Amino acid sequence: MGIFSKMKLGLKKTRESIFKQVRKLLKFKKLDEETLEEIEELLITSDMGVETASDVIEQLKEKSGDYDSPIEALKDILNDLLKMNHTEPIVENPPLVISVVGVNGTGKTTTIGKLSKLFVEQGNRVVLAACDTFRAAAVEQLRLWSERMGADFISQGQGADPAAVAFDAVSHAKSKSKDIVIIDTAGRLHTKHNLMEELKKIHRVVKKVIPEAPHEVLLVIDATTGQNGLVQAKKFMDAVEITGIVLTKLDGTAKGGIVFAIVKELGIPVKYIGVGEAIDDLKPFDAAEFVEALLGTEELEENEV
Amino acid sequence: MFENLQEKLTRAFKSISGKGRISEKNIKDAVRQVKLSLLEADVNFKVVKEFIKDVQEKALGEDVLSSFTPDQQFIKIVRDELIRVLGEKSVPLSLSSKPAKIMMVGLQGSGKTTTSAKLAARFKKEGKKVLLVAADVYRPAAIDQLIQLGKQIDVPVFVGDRQHPLKIVTKAMEEAIKNIVDVVIFDTAGRLHIDEKMMDELKKIAGQLDPDEILMVVDAMTGQDAVNSAKSFNEALELTGFVVTKLDGDARGGVILSIRHVTGKPVKFIGISEKIDGLEPFYPDRVVGRILGMGDVLSLIDKIQQNIDMEKAKKLEEKFAKNKFDLEDFLEQLRQIKKMGSIGDLMEMIPGAPKEVDLSSGEKNLKRTEAIISSMTKEERKNPKMINYSRKLRIAKGSGTNLTEVNRVLKSYDQMKSMMKALNSKKSKFSKLFKGLPF
Repeated sequence: MGIFSKMKLGLKKTRESIFKQVRKLLKFKKLDEETLEEIEELLITSDMGVETASDVIEQLKEKSGDYDSPIEALKDILNDLLKMNHTEPIVENPPLVISVVGVNGTGKTTTIGKLSKLFVEQGNRVVLAACDTFRAAAVEQLRLWSERMGADFISQGQGADPAAVAFDAVSHAKSKSKDIVIIDTAGRLHTKHNLMEELKKIHRVVKKVIPEAPHEVLLVIDATTGQNGLVQAKKFMDAVEITGIVLTKLDGTAKGGIVFAIVKELGIPVKYIGVGEAIDDLKPFDAAEFVEALLGTEELEENEV
Repeated sequence: MFENLQEKLTRAFKSISGKGRISEKNIKDAVRQVKLSLLEADVNFKVVKEFIKDVQEKALGEDVLSSFTPDQQFIKIVRDELIRVLGEKSVPLSLSSKPAKIMMVGLQGSGKTTTSAKLAARFKKEGKKVLLVAADVYRPAAIDQLIQLGKQIDVPVFVGDRQHPLKIVTKAMEEAIKNIVDVVIFDTAGRLHIDEKMMDELKKIAGQLDPDEILMVVDAMTGQDAVNSAKSFNEALELTGFVVTKLDGDARGGVILSIRHVTGKPVKFIGISEKIDGLEPFYPDRVVGRILGMGDVLSLIDKIQQNIDMEKAKKLEEKFAKNKFDLEDFLEQLRQIKKMGSIGDLMEMIPGAPKEVDLSSGEKNLKRTEAIISSMTKEERKNPKMINYSRKLRIAKGSGTNLTEVNRVLKSYDQMKSMMKALNSKKSKFSKLFKGLPF
């Protein structure tokens, strides 16, 4: 099964609920006020937020005339919103340091497990840094992942200073010429000032070993997150330099529409999406694919009618 | 981030002020504002629609009372209706059997394991004998997490064979009965509501245990999809209530309204801190302002009470009363404020406070003020009047600031002192509310 169809499968629920209705509306009705309002409501139900949704509708009103069908117009509009495409991190001077951050319970540690699988499969030598020294057993959870993936594991146990662990891990990777270090940070609510300072400190300390590090700072966001996702992203952005978003748990019925709002308002690209619980269910994100999977028609024609 | 609902409403009603009655026409804009505000709070779209319809019906034709402006009256109707939907008062757990059984369920990452431990800590504090059961055999290290939390709060954790949830819970019950435990809390694995196999497992566990309470743990930051998962869990398991977690963030918590509305089941507890005692019974009237985006004075007061050392505050209060407030106390006050987190967070809880002001300079000021006072001798702090020019120079040097800044601190201390004098004479309700605080 190719990445593309896998993504489609993962996004099946989204496609079959909301976007199926959008497609029907766009297919069978004229684009009158009532239809537009219904589409707007559906977009809001995807957690896109009122502002972004009405923006999309405005554009749809303007542009739909230029297209053969309104659905093509909507596809293009959504595509434009997500325009920034994923670029693979380039490892020029290894190790490449990736810091993974986010609020509690979004799936950071699991994402790291899956990420390390991607990297190990590409032939990279990976180091995992257990900097979530707060949550009970988080260190243990990461250790299990490192064993499964055959990655090095650097830890000082629970309660240790996370910045010291990060320093150790990056130094270790540098001296043993490993390719990639992934730092697992503790989940923190973006409103906790001290914890955000701690995050800054981790990054500062890493710079002492490698001045350009961390090269990537990935913010993990749960697809079920509502409008607070935007506030979260903003606050994390204020504290550290976020380079990309990982959207997890897209295999539920959640629509992940908040991603549109985040990309539009804050200009952070989405880099990976989690579409299932299995270990290889983390995929590099592609905007066109994402929108196509949400709105694509060809496969549905057969199943739907 | 978002404009205060009250402000929006005031504006919406500007055009109709002076008209004596709320009518369909003049209410339209206000209704829209409430609708948008609820959507921004992540209340489910359908729930918003129904809720708004009810509110509109109630509001129409109401005479505007002389003591209210139309916007105040409208917001009162919205508030009352919101409280009515959420349930008037908090609903306690019903634990009739012996041992009482509580089953925790929910999606991944909502905070089930932490909440289980928090609940256990609560019961233990009440003098009950508690057993935690680790029935999450899927997430790596979930069992270890519960064991560690159990150690922290000194509550035994039943682990069993670490493989078969059904066997684990059965064995755990035998153990609980043998040891005459009062409350058994079962921490189940997080699962998606559309995962039929996993939902079946929960049904089997529930069927076997016949729990007194089945609580679904829901993340306060959840968006529109919350209704779907809550509905599915409720249909599969007949939930008895919800625990909404992570309300210590700045999520508006519209999910509380959504899940209550679609399931009719009450929210019984809310998670308000990462600490083990960070679980509170849910009081509907307290979250209403937050969901509506009107600020949250009650939470602010709570936060103040949590972080301010009451003993110290009382001493300060006495000093205020006698007008013997010195710079040492001023410094203590600053430190207490800093403990409560960033000024920005606090401001967001105050209704009507400006949201887009840059507060970082204020926070830097706090730090600098602290440095300046720390550079004073004890005598100087007790008796600021003795600080003359050369002392000021020394203090500026010691704190790495300059004369102007030192003067600024001394001046604001003077201002505060005279303000306290004024407050003391008034003894208003407001001064009681914020007593012991320099703002």
